[in-house]
Amino acid sequence: MPFRRYVEIGRVALVNYGPQYGKLVVIVDVIDQNRALVDSPTIVRTQINFKRLSLTDIKIDISRNPPKKDLKAAIEKADVYNKWDSSSWGRKLIVQKRRAALNDFDRFKVMVAKIKRSSLIRKELSKLRKTQKA
Amino acid sequence: MSFRFHQYQVVGRALPTPTNESPKIYRMKLWATNEVRAKSKFWYFLRKLKKVKKSHGQMLAINEIFEKKPTTIKNFGIWVRYQSRTGYHNMYKEYRDVTLNGAVEQMYDEMASRHRVRFPCIQIIKTATVPVALCKRENTKQFHDSKIKFPLTYRKIRPPTRKLKTTYKASRPNTFV
Repeated sequence: MPFRRYVEIGRVALVNYGPQYGKLVVIVDVIDQNRALVDSPTIVRTQINFKRLSLTDIKIDISRNPPKKDLKAAIEKADVYNKWDSSSWGRKLIVQKRRAALNDFDRFKVMVAKIKRSSLIRKELSKLRKTQKA
Repeated sequence: MSFRFHQYQVVGRALPTPTNESPKIYRMKLWATNEVRAKSKFWYFLRKLKKVKKSHGQMLAINEIFEKKPTTIKNFGIWVRYQSRTGYHNMYKEYRDVTLNGAVEQMYDEMASRHRVRFPCIQIIKTATVPVALCKRENTKQFHDSKIKFPLTYRKIRPPTRKLKTTYKASRPNTFV
């Protein structure tokens, strides 16, 4: 199996540990074997260890160490946030966030909806079983 | 980013005496964990260079020096004089880092691990930001590539907070990406 996601300038990554947890950042330069300079429209350009990054499939076209507004323009051009939210990984994260933000009434509504759904499925399944037996 | 070592500019001179009304003022840039230690180190070095001690000298200024551009990567060359078990040696080391304090911290860590030399036995002779063309070590030169690209092999996934750490896991981890 060849590697598909590389550390390279312009690679979009998700921060998976630390104070910037959950943010999408762009690798802007590589310091050494363990660290990269990352940047994002919402953070100051900082160094971060690769252990704290999860590389994504998205890559944008930037030169090494671009000025902040060039970075912002490249992110807009590549439509990073929309691509992320429509990717399966991004969608899963949105669902996780929604589930974590439910209040007790919402969880009740989810329970009721699940019961309704499973009862419909069971009804259909029992109908199929009856026709199969016959 | 909190550094263990801070860079200080320390300025001092001998006390004025009737024979020497305005003694020469000396300035040093050094690394220490705090200001008190920086002042002490200043007198340590000055004693070795000039005939002046803390008891008949005065501290004129001590300021912390901060990195001018902590958002760009630089190649730092550090010239070190250190005491090993058998004698004194000089060394030149190169580090790639965002700040000089970070590079100095890397140097102290590396000297401790590779040569078992601790902080009191190391003197920093000189530090400089080395331009790309003048870097000597292959270790730093391998990152001088504007189209650098490498995969991250063997990824150990860890929980996003220490609180979510568990001793046992339901399934074996996947270390590929």
